[in-house]
Amino acid sequence: MKNKRSLFAVPYVGWMALFVVAPIVMVVIYAFTAAGGGLTLENFSRMGSYAVVFTRSFHLALIATAICLLIGYPVAYMISREGPGLQRVAMMLVMLPMWMNFLLRTYSWMSILENTGLLNRFFSAIGLFKLLNTVFGTDLEYFAMINTKGAVVLGMVYNYLPFMILPIYSVIAKMDGSLLEAARDLGANSFGVFRKVILPLSLPGVLSGVTMVFVPSVSTFAISKLLGGSNELLLGDLIEQQFLGTAYNPYLGSAIALVMMVIVVVCMALMNRFGEGEEQAVML
Amino acid sequence: MKKGGIFLNRVFMALVFLFLYAPIFVLIVFSFNDSKSRTVWNGFTLRWYVELLQDRQIMNALSTTLLVSLLATVIATAAGTMAAVGFFNMKKRWRSPLLAINSIPMTNADIVTGVSLCLLFVAFFGGWETFARWLNGAQSLFHLPARLHMGFGTLLIAHVTFNIPYVLLNVMPKLRQMDKNLIDAAQDLGCTWMQAFWKVVLPEIKPGIVSGALIAFTMSVDDFIISYFTAGSGASTLAMVVYGMTKLRISPKINAISSLLFITVLTLLVIVNVREARQEKQIAQRRL
Amino acid sequence: MKKTFAVLLALTMALTLCLTGCGGGGERIVNVCGWGENIDPELISQFEQETGIKVNYQTAESNETMYALIKQGGTDYDVIVPSDYMIGQMIEEGLLAELNYDNIPNFELIDSQYKNLSYDPENKYTVPYTWGTLGIIYNPTITGGEIDSWSALFDAKYAGQVGMIGNPRDAIGAALLYLGYSVNTTSEAEIREAYQLIADAKASGVYQGFFMDQLYDKMEAGETAVCTYYAGDFLSMHENNPDLRFVVPKEGSNWFVDAMCVLASAEHKEEAEAWINFICKTDSCLANMDFIWYASPNAEALEQYPAYYEEVNGEPMDPALYAVMAAPADVLANCEAYVNLPAETLALYTDLWVELGIG
Repeated sequence: MKNKRSLFAVPYVGWMALFVVAPIVMVVIYAFTAAGGGLTLENFSRMGSYAVVFTRSFHLALIATAICLLIGYPVAYMISREGPGLQRVAMMLVMLPMWMNFLLRTYSWMSILENTGLLNRFFSAIGLFKLLNTVFGTDLEYFAMINTKGAVVLGMVYNYLPFMILPIYSVIAKMDGSLLEAARDLGANSFGVFRKVILPLSLPGVLSGVTMVFVPSVSTFAISKLLGGSNELLLGDLIEQQFLGTAYNPYLGSAIALVMMVIVVVCMALMNRFGEGEEQAVML
Repeated sequence: MKKGGIFLNRVFMALVFLFLYAPIFVLIVFSFNDSKSRTVWNGFTLRWYVELLQDRQIMNALSTTLLVSLLATVIATAAGTMAAVGFFNMKKRWRSPLLAINSIPMTNADIVTGVSLCLLFVAFFGGWETFARWLNGAQSLFHLPARLHMGFGTLLIAHVTFNIPYVLLNVMPKLRQMDKNLIDAAQDLGCTWMQAFWKVVLPEIKPGIVSGALIAFTMSVDDFIISYFTAGSGASTLAMVVYGMTKLRISPKINAISSLLFITVLTLLVIVNVREARQEKQIAQRRL
Repeated sequence: MKKTFAVLLALTMALTLCLTGCGGGGERIVNVCGWGENIDPELISQFEQETGIKVNYQTAESNETMYALIKQGGTDYDVIVPSDYMIGQMIEEGLLAELNYDNIPNFELIDSQYKNLSYDPENKYTVPYTWGTLGIIYNPTITGGEIDSWSALFDAKYAGQVGMIGNPRDAIGAALLYLGYSVNTTSEAEIREAYQLIADAKASGVYQGFFMDQLYDKMEAGETAVCTYYAGDFLSMHENNPDLRFVVPKEGSNWFVDAMCVLASAEHKEEAEAWINFICKTDSCLANMDFIWYASPNAEALEQYPAYYEEVNGEPMDPALYAVMAAPADVLANCEAYVNLPAETLALYTDLWVELGIG
């Protein structure tokens, strides 16, 4: 009887085979194909020269993820401590920016950060540069914020912060209140409760938050183009270039994508061994 | 000490929200700017909103975006719910690997999903062309179009593919939380399994379905990278038009349409929230 | 949450219905792919009214992106508007269809100077759309002086003020010109030397970044002081920021032709030729020039343009601007057109470009 109901999953399993598994098989096939056809490992042997791009992307994505965690965790925690009405409003406010296209929001940061942008205009209007120049004898006209690595990291943090807050919040909000009371009754102070009870229990949320921030950060290409001025390629740029850009070579592009995917999967698997590898999604 | 802590917490939260909303605020303000500049204020105008209605490219993109998001959400919600029921009734030996595959589109980088689907479609089109030519040559009863290209169809497939996992993962926990005796009770009372599903199970898991659908819809509207690789030349979503423009200059018209969308969603949320709050209050009063 | 969603759903459904209700089926269409801001949208409506053929106008970022999109398959473009060197490559790879010039009577109006060019020596595949020069655009209020040499793109004096062009052919081309080499050189040593020049300038912080059409915004706002870009686009920028100046550097430059071609895979070839014919009309060329500021290869239109400008704008056209738009013979004599490079050289360009990004 029970098995019969499982037939409901058949259409989706078929769909997954077609549109989830098959495409990845395609990537693998392409990665091992030479531009002229035929099996080859050449695409991977060229990977060495892209090692810098790999380290740079992973480095920036790690920083962005760390910052997201440092901001996102306290925010999620604080929201969960508010009254139910305020909680609902706050969670909506976290989701709402996604309704404004992410490219536009990123573009808007460009207006803010440019040398002649809003922030620099504001600083110069309040006389900050004049002050600094007279104090330090420099001749600053603006802070160079755009087209730097910092701007790229800012773009990542900005765009993916909600993905950190949402899963952490949903885990903390579901926590059993009596557990916390029990801990307190047993003499734990509020820091102790947090460290001994809340933090370990919220770990699954943290893990899925980290995944959801890290993966898009490591593979972004629009952010580095808009805020980084295409000065330093990230993995996403490299892959995009091979498929739709100046260096058309889908075979090499597939190989790079494949290597990136494998590294990410390995990282995630390692990380999930620390927490319970329970499936966790963004939940409202 | 405690009071001060709460105050500091609120300040911190306010700063985070300021960070999240500053660029959006800038965008909305500059949609009323009487020049194309993104940084210099030249006076108030509504002209971008007027011009917007005459811009075919943007209007087309808007309808594509809404249509694809809507269809993808409906399909993904139905398919995802069905799949969740199936997975739930599956032996763990089967369920675990399938759930792992299910989470691939969510954990995989968007660019890899986009690129891999693009490769699949192109390969399929190639195979189809050979097949159609062979079939058209072999018989004359009907004629198959030999050349297919990426467009709305491929875009929709891609969106459905990345939406289903969200629905599934929102519905599964609700199924697990449900009291299994409920179905048995319904069936004992003479319901078929199907009736029991509609009358008992569905209302129980509805919150999961709704939040899954909501997330799916939001993801669809916000998606750019996967659409970029799977829509080919045949269809453009709003995000793709925006990307095209970020390489040029962003027309304030795009600011205008985005502001409209944003304000619409915001207003709806506010209305619903106020209503719900009022209802809750009424219920509370009645109880008194 | 539930109700929010119901309301949202109903609203989008209503919106979608009223937006998509306007479409019809079974009409004649033509799919055109051009550059951003490179056509007067009025022309599209006009063509649709005159012929009843619906135009799907799409844009690509650069020649290389357009090539990738086509090569990858799955696109449905009929007419594309690539630049000279890319046309050569596409003809070689058999991507373009031979045109039926009987369907394009207005081809006669094109100045013979722009026919039978090296990329299409027998002129079987192409109809020129626009032409112009590559030059340096600069903002003297920021640079504090005039610029007349490609050296400006590599000079530490302008550190943090230069927006370098974001495609390999033009960027390396500019460096080659500065070094006194041909833009069509196939010598690996020369190309590597040019590359090194750019890499060094990048390392010493001369560039803000590598941009394409974002330069419009950045130059107009005074965010970027020096860049290399196309004459027609300079005129668009100049409209919004009259401080800007354009110069074809003394070392010479590149002159280019963008031409309309029909893809071998096109499904609407007749419609495509009707579109090309329409665009070649003198009236269309005039309207287009006024919108995109690129010189037309239609001799009549180019000659009449200053008068047309005066009629439309109520003031005479600045002769200096006209000279930028339609570079006079002595400037052109100092310019070289790109030719399609052999595959190894193209691969070298690509590799060096990626290397530059790796940094």
